[in-house]
Amino acid sequence: MIRGALEVPFEELPGINPAWSQFIEVVDYQGVNRSFHILDSHRGSESPPEITLVCVHGNPTWSYLWRNLLASAPPHIRVIAIDQLGMGFSERITSQRTLAERVHDLSSLVDALKITTPVVSIAHDWGGPISLGWVEQVLARKEYTIAGVVLLNTAVHQPEEFSGPALIRLARARGLLAPVTQHSPLFVRGTTILSGKKIPRDIARAFALPYRTSADRVSVRGFVADIPFEPDHPSRDTLDSIAQSLTLLASTPVLLCWGPRDPVFSDQYLRDLQSRLPHALVHRYVGASHLVSEDAPELVPDVLRWVEGLANGALEEVVPSKSSESVIDLGVQVRNRAQESPYENAITVMGGHNQQKQVSWGLLDRRIQEFAAGMRAAGIKPGDRIAFLIPPGPELIALIYAAWNIGACIVIADSGLGIRGIIRALRGAHPDHVFAIPRAMPITRFLQIPGLRISSQELTTFKRPSMENAVTAFDPDSNGAVVFTSGSTGPAKGVRYSRARINATVNVLKDHYSLTHSDVIIAAFAPWAVFGPALGVGSVLPQMDLGSPSSLTYSNLQAAINQAGGTLLWASPAALRNVVETAPENVEQSHRETHKNSPIRLILSAGAPVPSSLLRSVTQLFPGAQLRTPYGMTEALPLTDIALNEIAALEHTTGSQGSSGVPVGKPLPGVEIRISPWSASTALSASPLTASPGLMGEIVIKADHMRSSYDNLAFTQAAASEFPGWHRTGDVGHIDESGNIWVEGRRSHVISTAGGPVTPVPVEQRVERLPSVYQAACVGVGPLGNQVVVVIVVLREQISDTELQDSIRAVAGTRVSAVLRRKDLPMDIRHNAKINREKLAQWASQVLAGVQ
Amino acid sequence: MGESGISGCPMKVLITGARGLLGSAVAREVIGRGHACVVVQRNPCGVQGVTEFLDDLTDPRYSRQWIEGVDAVIHLAAKVSVTGTESDFQRINVDATSNLIQIAQAEGVGRFVFASSPSVAHTGSPLIGVGAEPADPQHARGYYSKTKALAEQIVLDANGPTFATVALRPHLVWGPGDTQLIGRIVQRARSNRLFLIDGGNSLIDTCYVSNAASAFVQAVEHAHRASGKVLMVTNGEPRTVKETLQRICLAAGVPLPTRSVPHSVALLAGSVLERVWGNRVSDPPLTSFLVEQLSTAHWFAIAETKELLDWEPTVSIDEGFRLLRESYSH
Repeated sequence: MIRGALEVPFEELPGINPAWSQFIEVVDYQGVNRSFHILDSHRGSESPPEITLVCVHGNPTWSYLWRNLLASAPPHIRVIAIDQLGMGFSERITSQRTLAERVHDLSSLVDALKITTPVVSIAHDWGGPISLGWVEQVLARKEYTIAGVVLLNTAVHQPEEFSGPALIRLARARGLLAPVTQHSPLFVRGTTILSGKKIPRDIARAFALPYRTSADRVSVRGFVADIPFEPDHPSRDTLDSIAQSLTLLASTPVLLCWGPRDPVFSDQYLRDLQSRLPHALVHRYVGASHLVSEDAPELVPDVLRWVEGLANGALEEVVPSKSSESVIDLGVQVRNRAQESPYENAITVMGGHNQQKQVSWGLLDRRIQEFAAGMRAAGIKPGDRIAFLIPPGPELIALIYAAWNIGACIVIADSGLGIRGIIRALRGAHPDHVFAIPRAMPITRFLQIPGLRISSQELTTFKRPSMENAVTAFDPDSNGAVVFTSGSTGPAKGVRYSRARINATVNVLKDHYSLTHSDVIIAAFAPWAVFGPALGVGSVLPQMDLGSPSSLTYSNLQAAINQAGGTLLWASPAALRNVVETAPENVEQSHRETHKNSPIRLILSAGAPVPSSLLRSVTQLFPGAQLRTPYGMTEALPLTDIALNEIAALEHTTGSQGSSGVPVGKPLPGVEIRISPWSASTALSASPLTASPGLMGEIVIKADHMRSSYDNLAFTQAAASEFPGWHRTGDVGHIDESGNIWVEGRRSHVISTAGGPVTPVPVEQRVERLPSVYQAACVGVGPLGNQVVVVIVVLREQISDTELQDSIRAVAGTRVSAVLRRKDLPMDIRHNAKINREKLAQWASQVLAGVQ
Repeated sequence: MGESGISGCPMKVLITGARGLLGSAVAREVIGRGHACVVVQRNPCGVQGVTEFLDDLTDPRYSRQWIEGVDAVIHLAAKVSVTGTESDFQRINVDATSNLIQIAQAEGVGRFVFASSPSVAHTGSPLIGVGAEPADPQHARGYYSKTKALAEQIVLDANGPTFATVALRPHLVWGPGDTQLIGRIVQRARSNRLFLIDGGNSLIDTCYVSNAASAFVQAVEHAHRASGKVLMVTNGEPRTVKETLQRICLAAGVPLPTRSVPHSVALLAGSVLERVWGNRVSDPPLTSFLVEQLSTAHWFAIAETKELLDWEPTVSIDEGFRLLRESYSH
């Protein structure tokens, strides 16, 4: 055994293959022979690697951090994880080492490894600066080929506006450093505890194993002491130089993987790294903390996929803008209307007791120009991100167009996300500035905003007189908006829209719904309130809480139609349901004549599937209006749409037995829709896209008005853009003979049985036609590839078990293993229209597993 | 000799334990496929067309006449009860299997299909859609499971180029005329002593008897393709315990179970009964093993079985219950 080598107790280290473990003697910066411990996936292996990952841990972890990377790497990727001196099972040292000395040691160690392949460096925590210091040396001296750099929750610079991680500062406090970091296991144990409760006890113990005694922890203390908070700290110059030399990495692929719940390296450090490495791919693992590779198991396959992709080009696909215009001005219609008809209403806000607030096109234009001038004066630059915590209304609309006017990007989070969801979403989008109503100002403190925090109360003093009425237009591919909406599952994803794509959305709406200046949009669905001015169409905000769709009542809708001349309504099914429920009983007789002359011509229902019975009730209330229901998502809206009578006709032709999902109509002009056929295996394959009728698979779309990309979610983006130029919707369905799209559920809801995939929606539709069944959900139980189908029902009337089973099996069209009853089904909060099948599947699995 | 019996050509097949529900069905299936069938057990099985030998496989002094000229063995004989001493189980389930393999190999038999049990890999947690996991004699519950697990290991270990062994694990085989499972359930329901454990919601696989029988004969015919394998045999249509019991009671025209007892109570009752029952010849009405079987999910993946044996359960669960009802209405 090599001198100074420590014994590695493999039996207490789950996930470590003893064959990886190795000790190497290397001369350190002082000229002393030191024993380094490393884990090497290719130790004793004969297959020559094509690329080598050099993994550098931080404090107080060790090479154990990278065990899953070693275990999962394919044979052509060699993974070497090192233990720094005094750390893990490398030799203990008695003196504190500076950053420069650690960089030197790492350099010597890697030299000793005699790597002949291109190298990817990957580092976490304070391993980041050390590995970057070494990478910069290598790049300067061109010793190896650095194929890529991966950084996990680290930092190279302390942003001025923050005082640094409070926890680390605490550990550094006079009198606390030694007791916390060395003389007690507090710091060592704290690392795994702080990273959330997800880390199993045996893994946490393994992380702490090399640091059992005070003598073991000398370097843990040394690392903390070496953080250069002070300007005269011995490592300060080294760190600054490493940060400045990041420009050397301009042509090196960089991947930043981040756990945003890290109490030490928060998003502000990610933002700092992004500003220094603007070409870096970023993926934030929502919910993950400091030990991001422990909290997010998908990180290891993601990193490996990225490393493999280095050979064949970058991961992120930038959808080229097809816009023929060189610049996009989203406010052009506002100015046109302000010149043509300055006194006409641009925005009407309905209030109680027939109180209305009106904003004319002339006033709106002026407001926008003044806010834009105020933003310029306050130093907001083109490309800056501005978040808004202001409910839809004239102020928000004017601020959004002002932001677009100066070339900024708006960040919008749906109020349906709830306060925590909004904070999480906005923080992830790294807004530079925020505008908020006074009530929301306290929240903005959690957003780590480096720029302005403006309360809507200050807007009167914020705006500046604007004389020039400057026509400002910007690169069509620059970011116009980052939008977060509440997904049916998981945390909200930020969807990025370029200015060209926002403009394309406006054009699709305008063309498809033949909008003219005589239209007035009733904006019971928040996005419409924003689009009105871009369309040059007036809008009316009915008296309701736009965050709660079901607050729209019949009389408030009538007021918006009769008093503000609303011609077009866009509302969610929940809003429509409430309109129907709050309508007076005798409305049909007494108001029929008035309704014939009602200006409302089009009602659009979107956001969730709409029962045709509800649509029919709405038609009875507004006989003069056409009812259509568009299909789309946050990533692209609208994609198709279908009229009520077309749904009825399709339901009639397919009959009760033949129903196979929800028909959503044909693609709108400019929209292409294909199916990625479900493969015989359990997963979707990259088989070619098809438009041939009847094939079930994921619905894949392409349109000028679809999203540009996901924000700071490089791997989500890569998965959604698996077919270059197309967007995978996550919905499954098929195309019928006449080109109609049918939605059969979410990809994650497809039941993977031994006999092939089963989509839930058609089964549910057939079962819900049974007289005894009020509501049905169809879920899978068991391992993928061998799931069985379970139908969960809410009954209208009592019926015996066996009769119920027999009647369901007779119509289901697939083999049903079990029928379970419930009093109700869990629904999504947002629309109260989508069944939460994930939750039900979990419940059914538990019930059917029996006692555990 | 065994090597000559390729699939499709008539073979001489020996069945041990042809008296039970599965054994007699396998014997009929063997004959129905045009093979010659020799059976051996202690008491006559009564299947038409078989050559019957009465012998005790646990007695090493047995005649061995019945092994002469045999191409394939289907070894079903076992001690399946819950009561009994460990040495009884050892002798019948392990020693007899081991001896049978030896004389079969000495005689030049080429194929050996063994009836194992899903319980050999069951250590207490629910089994949800899993395939045939390795037998675990150390952790399997009870002497039956432990000895079957050990026997399965012996059978698979004997697999070789001239002696193809296959272990099948049928789960809860039932059908008309079944005195074991169906008979007891109906009897208890009739006397109003049938109850569910925790509502009977756990999902379990069962296997209609003719499907199980065809799997065994397919295993003989495809022994070389499936050699050394352990394969699950079920209908591939799991149902809840409650539905299974209800359907059986409906078929037999007896009252449906309505009462449910909590799992903990049932488990306690089971373990108490096991103890006080002692070494009586019959099984106690409830055992902790049975409680576990009836209160945790037990269903499996049979894709590999279907593929390797070129087999398909042809009688669906629903059809099986219909046939059961017919048998009771006669």
